[in-house]
Amino acid sequence: MLSKGLFKKPKNELEAQHRNKRKTDPAIPSELCRSCPSCKQLSFTSDLENNFHVCPKCGHHFRINARQRLNMIIDQDTFVEQYHDLSSNNRLEFPGYDEKLEQATLFSHESEGVIIGTGKIDNRKVALFVMEATFMMGSMGQVVGEKITLIFEYALKHQLPVIGYTVSGGARMQEGMLALMQMAKTSGAVKRHSDAGLLYLTVLTDPTTGGVTASFAMEGDIILAEPEALIAFAGPRVIEQTIRQRLPKGFQRAEFLLEKGFVDAIVPRSTQKETLTQLLTLHGIPKGGDQNGSI
Amino acid sequence: MEAYKRVALARKKTRPTGQDFIDNLFTDFIELHGDRCFGDDPAVITGLGQLMDMPVTVIAQERGQNTKSRVKRNFGSAHPEGYRKALRQMKLAEKFNRPIVCLIDTSGAFCGIGAEERGQGLAIATNLMEMMSLTVPILSVVIGEGGSGGALALGVADEVWMLENAIYSVISPEGCASILWKDASKTKDAANCLKLTAHDLLELQVIDKIISENHRDFKNVYRELKIGLYKSFKKNQTLDSDQLTINRYQRFRKYGAIESIAKL
Ligand SMILES: [Zn+2]
Repeated sequence: MLSKGLFKKPKNELEAQHRNKRKTDPAIPSELCRSCPSCKQLSFTSDLENNFHVCPKCGHHFRINARQRLNMIIDQDTFVEQYHDLSSNNRLEFPGYDEKLEQATLFSHESEGVIIGTGKIDNRKVALFVMEATFMMGSMGQVVGEKITLIFEYALKHQLPVIGYTVSGGARMQEGMLALMQMAKTSGAVKRHSDAGLLYLTVLTDPTTGGVTASFAMEGDIILAEPEALIAFAGPRVIEQTIRQRLPKGFQRAEFLLEKGFVDAIVPRSTQKETLTQLLTLHGIPKGGDQNGSI
Repeated sequence: MEAYKRVALARKKTRPTGQDFIDNLFTDFIELHGDRCFGDDPAVITGLGQLMDMPVTVIAQERGQNTKSRVKRNFGSAHPEGYRKALRQMKLAEKFNRPIVCLIDTSGAFCGIGAEERGQGLAIATNLMEMMSLTVPILSVVIGEGGSGGALALGVADEVWMLENAIYSVISPEGCASILWKDASKTKDAANCLKLTAHDLLELQVIDKIISENHRDFKNVYRELKIGLYKSFKKNQTLDSDQLTINRYQRFRKYGAIESIAKL
């Protein structure tokens, strides 16, 4: 279920950026300027940071990591992370997986491919999960599935809405069928949360594919997407190999899904917090609640 | 037996298909077509039949029995409408309180333009969610190849069984070898590593039972399945619907549950 393209040479800016980081002293900023992969415009890294990591010229959304996303949408100092240290083992003794996990941990500075917890958006308490692309391309193994299930169960118990940011290459093949089972498990957790009348909003980011698209990513009551995000079940490369023809331009991008009726709205990063606030308000999610949402 | 031999057996052209199982397990079968939305997907057969004296809903993936029908059936790779047709029949089963039998045999959900345009991911996701809370007994049997999400979309059941020479995998061994090792000749290694055989999956508790194939023909397979399905449905029909769906959730909740993950 993993898109083959995701394992090719890193083409996108985030992977390239991290590749550079490994070569240089992390104390020295690796890049002062970055060039936009879409329009080639050169921007100061500091300017990009102040512009939600969006190209000021063409609106291209650079890939960002989960912590950066949290900073953009959560009220300052309100995020309380849960199960931060939960990390994967190699139960199937899959060759090379231990090393991959170790590399991913160093590369991403995270212990797995998703961060969960609670926080406040415009002083409204929500449960959250945010996937991390730099940890094995956000692939879903048992820990990712478990953390997402745990946050839905927590939200059900505490009657909270869930907001989820997805980015994933799909099920993690090194965990075999135990990874595939996470699709059923997370879907069950979403269903129980949903049947209790609680709100679930997803924001699909680039790329969301495979087993994550075919489970909790598409199960939101309201599904938002970032501009131009690739959202697919089978990745473009796999499809091109299957049908032996080139895909039309823009195929499987957020705008295409909007046109086909599979996402509710495309929301650029700069207005995401505002849109989330608006939707929480329209669903009657109250302001206030306890200060720091402990477990 | 090494894993790749099972892969070859599971895909063997002469292996009985979904239609053969329907013919041998149920009487009075009537096929019911269409998803009431876009079309009728020939890769999935749905309908009603009698399992001995018990009316049941039957969902079977069908890869085709000869060259012509294999093309018609798209080699058992369903489009979104196949999964939506299955869900429509499952909802009717719930309404009329009939147990559901799912027969899984697909190399995977179809990867193509139409499939993506019509929401393959959403169709599978919806089945996973809805099957979890259906209030009638569901039993899924992997009869040949259980290919990833396209198989799981019919696999959220109270019990999941596999035929001895069936396989069930997160990715095809070919796909795994080419993605991880960029080397198609490592397909056999990949088959071993993925733990996709019935015996491996019983040990991992991904499945609940293996149907033995140690016979010259499938008569004994059909007999064992028929009796087994009947007994399981009778047992699960005694549960109230809340208990049934709690049990189903717990069945899947256990995979990678926090207490089973060693490192904390
Ligand atoms: Zn640009």
